[in-house]
Amino acid sequence: MTLHTSTITVPRPRSRVWASFGENIAYAIGLPILLLVIWGIWASASPAPFFPSPLIIFEAFVDTWVGPAFVTDVLPSLGRLGLGILLSVLVGIVAGTLIGLVRWLRDLLEPMLEFFRAIPPPVLIPIVAVLLGPTDTMKITVIVAGSVWPVLLNTIDGVRATDSVMTETARSFALTPVERIRYLVLPAASPRIMAGTRQSMSIALILMVISEMFYSSSGLGYRIVYFQRNYLIAEMWGGILLLGLIGVLLAGIFGFVERRVLRWYHGIKEVERA
Amino acid sequence: MPDTLLKVEHLKKVYESSTGNVEAIGDISFEMTSGELVCIVGPSGCGKTTLLKCIAGLLKPTAGRVEIDGSAVTGPPPSMALVFQEYGRSLYPWLTVRGNVELPLKHKKLSRADRDRLIDDALVAVGLDHAAKSYPWQLSGGMQQRVAIARAVAYQPEVLIMDEPFAAVDAQTRADLEDLVRALHRERGMSILFVTHDIDESVYLGERVVVLSKSPTWVQEDLAIDLPPARDQISTRAMPRFTELRTHVYEQIQRAKRGEAVRPGATEA
Repeated sequence: MTLHTSTITVPRPRSRVWASFGENIAYAIGLPILLLVIWGIWASASPAPFFPSPLIIFEAFVDTWVGPAFVTDVLPSLGRLGLGILLSVLVGIVAGTLIGLVRWLRDLLEPMLEFFRAIPPPVLIPIVAVLLGPTDTMKITVIVAGSVWPVLLNTIDGVRATDSVMTETARSFALTPVERIRYLVLPAASPRIMAGTRQSMSIALILMVISEMFYSSSGLGYRIVYFQRNYLIAEMWGGILLLGLIGVLLAGIFGFVERRVLRWYHGIKEVERA
Repeated sequence: MPDTLLKVEHLKKVYESSTGNVEAIGDISFEMTSGELVCIVGPSGCGKTTLLKCIAGLLKPTAGRVEIDGSAVTGPPPSMALVFQEYGRSLYPWLTVRGNVELPLKHKKLSRADRDRLIDDALVAVGLDHAAKSYPWQLSGGMQQRVAIARAVAYQPEVLIMDEPFAAVDAQTRADLEDLVRALHRERGMSILFVTHDIDESVYLGERVVVLSKSPTWVQEDLAIDLPPARDQISTRAMPRFTELRTHVYEQIQRAKRGEAVRPGATEA
């Protein structure tokens, strides 16, 4: 009888570990560096006012964001973004589980949900701004109203697609409703929920910036528009760079959480591929 | 006279659909006493799984009743545990082997120590105590089915219901698992209702074999298996009596398939 597979890690020689680490890094940042170099040469060969050289942008980046602006603009933006994502995921999972489990609720709501999902989220900004004023609540509301849909709809689908034998198993062992949701419904839907969360996060980032471009006096979106209107082009590019970095950071955090939550899922995929 | 554990009375199940009604189960009645190992065997498509789901309270019968310990089954009773054929879909891949076995015990009011003892005991019983921390998908099919059996054992049911549990494993694993079921029955006195389409398996395992007719199903024969209780794959299967019994059941199934057997009390020819 075959025993379960156990992985035995054989320590590799230190030098080779470092060599492969260096190789990975080189692959990861090789192309960006190459592009930056080309950009730099181009910018110094034919200076264009709207495309300053990367060095100037970097300088502006440090001058602008390292210091009080981090507190007055970056932190508020990150706060709105974080709260917006958190609320979207929370509302999406809770409402999605409920709608996915209760058939009449699903029949009642599904056509309407498709309609709301189809509305481009930025058009909500003028309406919400009129209702709530130029507040943080307005921005978070806009972020949630736009980014809740992928989590919500994916959760509904994931909950509905729970395997029938797994459900019968839960019934036959008389699991309580809470246990069923905790140990069956949510884990079964978790790959879909995570896929939805990934989409929601990128929508949330977009909406954070857009909501700050209108009706705001702080935040990254506000700053970038402010720089553009005052012909501070290098600073504007610096803001865009910062947004890109925030996007990368978000993806990193997401990947970290996803690997933990879906460890079993990736494990099955690996076994199937092997 | 031993106590009646499970009683199925005039069970009937009709599936209603837009294209017409399908009578899956015509009229099934049988009883099972405590500590018995009863096999249900029938031609394919005769509604074995439907019957089990009705007994387990997962499906509502159209007519008739199921009783366990004298009280009617209306939903899944806590005194039953099920082992499904599709072990891959019955175990939860996000829980470890131990987590899967523990799951149905969570709402039983047990102390941490008692619960751990039940889990350890069940894992030892199926020979998987070394794999408690693995995930089901890291195990072979036969071992996964052992996990499902351990989960049912730890639940301490009065009756263990198994729905073609070994249909999807290879022949050698199957023999091992059959002996595991015999061992659970003999050493732990578990009452087991075992549904299979495999005639040899039913005769080898059972103390009684209930032969079902083709759909709409009724009980064609209720046969006592008078083989000695200590059974093993080689000598038991080599016994002349084993061959007689399996031939008898085989013929019954063939008659069932051809629809020759006449339902008692039925007016049709």
